[in-house]
Amino acid sequence: MGEVIVITSGKGGVGKTTTTANVGVGLAMRNKKVALVDADIGLRNLDLVLGLENRIVFDLVDVVEGRCKLRNALVKDKRFDGLYLLPAAQTRDKTAVKPEQMIKLCNDLRKEFDFVLIDCPAGIEQGFNNAVVAADRAIVVTTPEVSAVRDADRVIGLLEAKELRNPRLLINRIRNDMVRRGEMMSIEDVKDILAVDIIGIVPDDEKIVISTNRGEPVITDGKSLAGQAYNNIARRILGEDVPLLDLEGHDEGFMLKLKKFLGIKN
Amino acid sequence: MLQSIMNFFGKTKPSKEVAKDRLKLVLIHDRANVSPQFLEMIKSEIIKVITNYIEIDESELEIQLTRTQSEDGQGIVPALIANIPIKNVKTKTK
Repeated sequence: MGEVIVITSGKGGVGKTTTTANVGVGLAMRNKKVALVDADIGLRNLDLVLGLENRIVFDLVDVVEGRCKLRNALVKDKRFDGLYLLPAAQTRDKTAVKPEQMIKLCNDLRKEFDFVLIDCPAGIEQGFNNAVVAADRAIVVTTPEVSAVRDADRVIGLLEAKELRNPRLLINRIRNDMVRRGEMMSIEDVKDILAVDIIGIVPDDEKIVISTNRGEPVITDGKSLAGQAYNNIARRILGEDVPLLDLEGHDEGFMLKLKKFLGIKN
Repeated sequence: MLQSIMNFFGKTKPSKEVAKDRLKLVLIHDRANVSPQFLEMIKSEIIKVITNYIEIDESELEIQLTRTQSEDGQGIVPALIANIPIKNVKTKTK
């Protein structure tokens, strides 16, 4: 039986979809059978981030309403063996799916896949409830900003109320140069405030924008810092003990700028 | 660089400290779903009871809602924490 993991955040735009796509690819690259479920009905995006937008025939709502078989709605990612996407419906809204339907869907997926990753919509209403109802584990994505941290705290509280104990935190878009100047909360600061364990940290890397533009998850670029970060997260989900990525010396700090200015190569 | 020198002389607080302070305050109320007035009420009641027995520094009394690991280790539970500086223990009770 596979494991259902929901990727949630409360606040929008912190990187849930990017996280779902990259962690999914990371698990598939490690020979796991993975289903990615876009639960953001009405605001479909996971297909676009994965570069699978032209291959969609049926969607999640078609499956739960019985218009097609589950296996017909799953889009196979030809680049990564074992990776499948269940797209969200674009012309419906969050009320199109009921929690019981989501539980049944996840139980069906559990039988076929090692991991089912659910990309949760922003907010804490029905879309959130649907996305978390069948989950065994939760990953809460936040950024080191006051609004994202506050929303993450709220979501952690709601998850615990739903008996989803010990959610893991993913801190996204860290800028080490700003942390060093004391102008951005550090990993430790965010961890202390939210009092949950960290599953991973991802630096603010322009490669993420570039790879999303192309529909190629950044995790395939093993040299990029963000790619390494997502690989580490996939390994931790599989139970490996991997130290957090060291961001020191990778940022556009003063010394790096000086070196660049003087034309010194590292 | 100029910023860090200014920080050194204590002219401005690094913005992350401001962020942390503001967040901590707002989260206390988010978490507990109680108003600051409610906490003030609890605070004044506590002062009333304690001052019968102990002389305390009322201006320094802090009371806050926070979260802590539950005793069975099964997760995080809300907790009411009071920090009450004692000036003097009254030997004679009223």
